[in-house]
Amino acid sequence: MWEAKPPVADPTVALTGAAAPPRRNGELVFGAPWESRLFGVTLALCEAGLFRWEEFRTLLCQEISAWEAQGSAKESWSYYARWQVAFERLLAEKGLCTAFELEACARTLAARPSGHDHADLDGATHPRTR
Amino acid sequence: MSGADRESSDPRDLALRVEALEALLREKGFLDSAQVDAIVRHYEEDVGPLNGAKVVARAWTDTAYRRRLLADGTAAIAELGFGGPQGEYMVVLENTPTVHNVVVCTLCSCYPWPVLGLPPAWYKSPAYRSRIVREPRAVLREMGLELPAEVEVRVWDSSSEVRYLVLPERPAGTEKLSEDELRRLVTRDAMIGVGKVRVGSEASGG
Repeated sequence: MWEAKPPVADPTVALTGAAAPPRRNGELVFGAPWESRLFGVTLALCEAGLFRWEEFRTLLCQEISAWEAQGSAKESWSYYARWQVAFERLLAEKGLCTAFELEACARTLAARPSGHDHADLDGATHPRTR
Repeated sequence: MSGADRESSDPRDLALRVEALEALLREKGFLDSAQVDAIVRHYEEDVGPLNGAKVVARAWTDTAYRRRLLADGTAAIAELGFGGPQGEYMVVLENTPTVHNVVVCTLCSCYPWPVLGLPPAWYKSPAYRSRIVREPRAVLREMGLELPAEVEVRVWDSSSEVRYLVLPERPAGTEKLSEDELRRLVTRDAMIGVGKVRVGSEASGG
């Protein structure tokens, strides 16, 4: 699982999971665009002073050990999936965003026509992340 | 909190959920997406093991710097312009012919971002985090590092505050190399402690 070295020509192969393909002097920093957005959003909110990193780290550790405690019936390992659950818990605890709001928003986004750039809630356009 | 559906790790569901999260936080005024872009770009393009390699090469070529680095990692690393999140309390561990240091974060993924960038997938994996503590020699062997029995292996678990950087041994035969040439030999794995610096296996560019 920790074969490192050779550069990989096609970085679109098997981008997620513990065996993301390596590239020069290491591996891809993020396995998928959503991972990088999640990381960036988390750090931005921390830098804005909305929580202390240690508060997030504690929840992340809890989510990771909860996953590890599930035994063989668990879903496959995804580090950033655990991060996402921990971050959602933190946002709820801080009163920044509830699970209800998040699910409503995700449903709205899921109802978009697929395959082209979209308008976000505030009208800003971004390339689809997935 | 809602139940089962938020446990899904279907990448499409997660991508959608993260997108929704960012949109909501932006709408509420907590977040500027340009700042998120800048953070992501910074960690994808600007920060990486090259920073740590500069620290190591300096320590190999400048005895006074090496002393400062081992005495106060944070301050000595800041001398080279590196610092920031996850680098606030740096401790540098010196490998010697008799002691080999290796770093892990058993609970999550703590890692010295300013000098190594973000951690590789294997560093975050449950297997590495649990096994390197229990059977370090076996794990290191699987990763290609066979250590003689007389070498003491020390495993360092990153705590909530401390972040570790391993100062690898300078390989024999590099006495004539410049600091810049030495820097190119230093690999990320050597600075985590799961590898050694070897001549002829340059860290490719990055």
